[in-house]
Amino acid sequence: MKHLALIAALVAPLPALANPDPADWDAVMAEAAGQTVYWNAWGGSTTTNDFIAWVGERVAEDYRVTLEHVKLTDTADAVTRVLSEKQAGVDNDGAIDMIWINGANFAAMKDADLLFGPFAEQLPNWAVVDSNGKTVQTDFTVPVEGFEAPWAMAQVVFIHDTADLADPLGSMTAILDWSKANPGRFTYPQPPDFLGATFLKQALVDLIDDQAPLYAPATDENYAKVTAPLWDYLDALTPTLWRQGRAYPATGPAQLQLIADGEIDLAISFSPGEATAAIANQQLPDTVRTFVLDKGTIGNASFVAIPYNSGSVAGAMIVANFLMSPEAQARAQDPAVLGYGTVLDMAALTDTDRALFDTLDLGIATLSPAELGSVVAEPHPSWMTRITDDWMARYGTAQ
Amino acid sequence: MPRLIALVPIVTLLAMLGPVVAGLWGTVLPAFGHLPVAGFDGPSLDALRMLATTPGIGAAARISVTTGLLATGISVLIVVLITGGWSGTPAFQVLERVLSPLLAVPHAAAAFGLAFLIAPSGWIVRLVSPGLTGWDRPPDVLILNDPYGLAMTAGLIIKEVPFLLLMTIAALGQVQQRRSLLVAQALGYGRLTGWLKAVFPRVYAQIRLPVYVVLAYSMSVVDVAVILGPTTPPPLSVLIVKWMGDPDLGMRLLAAAGALLQLALVVAALSVWRIGEFIVARIGLSWVIRGGRGRLDGAIRPLGLGAGALTAALIFAGLGGLLVWSFAGFWSFPNALPDSFSLRTWMRHGPDTGGAFGETFIVAMTATGLALMLVLGCLEAEHRSGRKITSRGLWLLYLPLLVPQTTFLPGLQTLLLGLGADVGRGPVIAAHLVFVLPYVFLSLGDPYRAWDGRNGVTAAALGASPNRVFWQVRLPMLTRPVLVAIAVGLSVSVGQYLPTLLIGGGRVSTLTTEAVALASGGDRRAIAVYGLAQTAAALVPFALALIIPALVWRNRRGLHA
Repeated sequence: MKHLALIAALVAPLPALANPDPADWDAVMAEAAGQTVYWNAWGGSTTTNDFIAWVGERVAEDYRVTLEHVKLTDTADAVTRVLSEKQAGVDNDGAIDMIWINGANFAAMKDADLLFGPFAEQLPNWAVVDSNGKTVQTDFTVPVEGFEAPWAMAQVVFIHDTADLADPLGSMTAILDWSKANPGRFTYPQPPDFLGATFLKQALVDLIDDQAPLYAPATDENYAKVTAPLWDYLDALTPTLWRQGRAYPATGPAQLQLIADGEIDLAISFSPGEATAAIANQQLPDTVRTFVLDKGTIGNASFVAIPYNSGSVAGAMIVANFLMSPEAQARAQDPAVLGYGTVLDMAALTDTDRALFDTLDLGIATLSPAELGSVVAEPHPSWMTRITDDWMARYGTAQ
Repeated sequence: MPRLIALVPIVTLLAMLGPVVAGLWGTVLPAFGHLPVAGFDGPSLDALRMLATTPGIGAAARISVTTGLLATGISVLIVVLITGGWSGTPAFQVLERVLSPLLAVPHAAAAFGLAFLIAPSGWIVRLVSPGLTGWDRPPDVLILNDPYGLAMTAGLIIKEVPFLLLMTIAALGQVQQRRSLLVAQALGYGRLTGWLKAVFPRVYAQIRLPVYVVLAYSMSVVDVAVILGPTTPPPLSVLIVKWMGDPDLGMRLLAAAGALLQLALVVAALSVWRIGEFIVARIGLSWVIRGGRGRLDGAIRPLGLGAGALTAALIFAGLGGLLVWSFAGFWSFPNALPDSFSLRTWMRHGPDTGGAFGETFIVAMTATGLALMLVLGCLEAEHRSGRKITSRGLWLLYLPLLVPQTTFLPGLQTLLLGLGADVGRGPVIAAHLVFVLPYVFLSLGDPYRAWDGRNGVTAAALGASPNRVFWQVRLPMLTRPVLVAIAVGLSVSVGQYLPTLLIGGGRVSTLTTEAVALASGGDRRAIAVYGLAQTAAALVPFALALIIPALVWRNRRGLHA
């Protein structure tokens, strides 16, 4: 019997042998010292870039880990690179050590065995993560299984300029009615931008009564029927949009500039604190507030994952663990910095750590956790992929 | 040594055309379904079929053709009107002085500046609102990213007019325009009509290749298209780049097919342009024979000057807009100036631009240094062997500028990917060299050949070897044109977007790639900082090229030309 156990232990799927064991944290720290971690993260938001730079300073101070932010315009680019490295046989010391990821990109990488892990649930700070209350163990319905570590919670809110649109709109239908009455004052980022795709999903979940099919892969049988209300909605909405839907802002932050320029009054955001942060940065007028829909809005978690061929796995785990620390989480939640929701469980924190969060002033345009209301889970990624493709064929090429 | 220098022209041709030919090969194979890296073994027509059924591909191709032809046509027209109506006058000299530095302003920075000006919430509307217009909200009209690509065309024109104008001025020196004009005017022809009938045909023959370059470039440009071009759908070049970045390597096949379509479109457009040349020549000939003296000259002449001045004004005002935005606090519509000013944008992004500036500088300096060595070697070889560059040689020089970037760069990247060498600075420098070399050659060629050979004969008579003549007589006397050529090379390299993005695999971040990446985020303050840094990186070398010779030769009046 002893032999059997030994053989079982030997053939059990192991992470690449040279990689450190996250359970032995001292060894991880020792190995990480001096490593350089290339973190590939979306670089389209100047506030996020500043936060990542701060993380770099802190991990350099405490762990002697050098963090380099590789600014992506699209996370898919990082997936491409890891994939092409695998095809070219670059199995050690690939170009990417860590990726800010979730949803379809995570599903694709996990599916293709491109990720290191599991590691997330062995990290020391996992103990204070709110794994019961927050969706950190599934990502767009795909089980995470420790292959990515959560670091921020996001929830859809709508940013409105109260100077022109005083009262919150409670549903997608109310938004359509308002847009009809005020043509040219609303738009959303152009899909396949992730926020634009999120707008489409948000519209879909709000428009249909039975959301159950969205939490299983889309099939050829049910796709057309389930999404029909969305296309009817968009057919009615598009002519009332900014520029009559003949042009769209490229990304979420581009919408903020449009509000500041007085071109639109309403925009979607995936970060409840973004509006407050933008007011502080003089990117939005101080008349801006946020609201959520009556039936709730879509929420998800942002994660970091480590490619299977990273040469700095230990360093990347140090950064992932630091991102889940009360210090980093409180800073990320500070609306003057990022305004991202925390992944931590307040009840699990020490009093001093909890005080970091209690003293935060969430700001004039940020809703309290109670006001944010119920979170609608992300549909299965296949819905997003198909809806985005369909959108591009229907509206992305119409002149 | 003599044998070594005879090799330089061959090395130069390889450095310039090697990547182009390899890239074309790397594009043709996947376009016909052959890409072993991604597990595709061709040949097959699947990729081309997929391209044909891509939604919006027709519109994307149409925008590429219309913006290219329109931008080139209007640019040539403006340049002809300016030169024909005004060359030799003080107004022309002023315009030349004003427009030549604008040549160095990177396309992306000029495009950002223009976007700030002409948007419905841009500077022009702000200046007249609400006073003249009554608008307290910007009008909901589609100016930027319009489906017809007009904003993009305008963005190309303001950059191509300075280029073509300087090329035309260089050509004027070789066609004895003064004499022809005098004769024409003595016969009673108006200034513009006389120039068009007597001088233009000879000038056009000289600037034909640069015009073709403008056409090919305008059809395949990516950065200007991303900033000003339509998005539903974007022009073909933008689609190609997007497909190249798709996580699915199979999309490389589609990108390659698109790149091939781009090449076909450029070849077709060049043919159309060539046919247009014949037609214009035909009509022009009968116009010449009819002998009209040009009664409308007086009315048309101001148009040329106006268009030239407008071009300069748009770029300058755009850069001014960048400057104001970079210091702006909150800036609400319709205020003509920011509600408050602050240094925070510079404090925040200034340090970041430093890193990108360093990368830009290393790539630009290396590419330009290599180009300069090769070009000097070629010119010296030409001088010593006594063989002049033929018109066929000139075509070779222009070839890398005529093949659309979006056709051969994706192929080059795919080839490098297969070799596992698709990252890092080295390949990026090699790709920049392809574009830097021709411009350095064109910039240095004429002054090098115009050098008075008697200086060399004198030195040789005093016992100097050919090498010593080169190092101690010729190069010092040519300090100024050499520095100008370096500045040209640097500015070309600084402005490169696609070679840096595609060949660098996103890991080589220059000021240009950072600035264009910020375009999608719409943060005008950050864009302004990067746009200005980019402009400075391109302009400062030109300023140095003017200042250094004046300092070094302050006691040699004959070298101040």
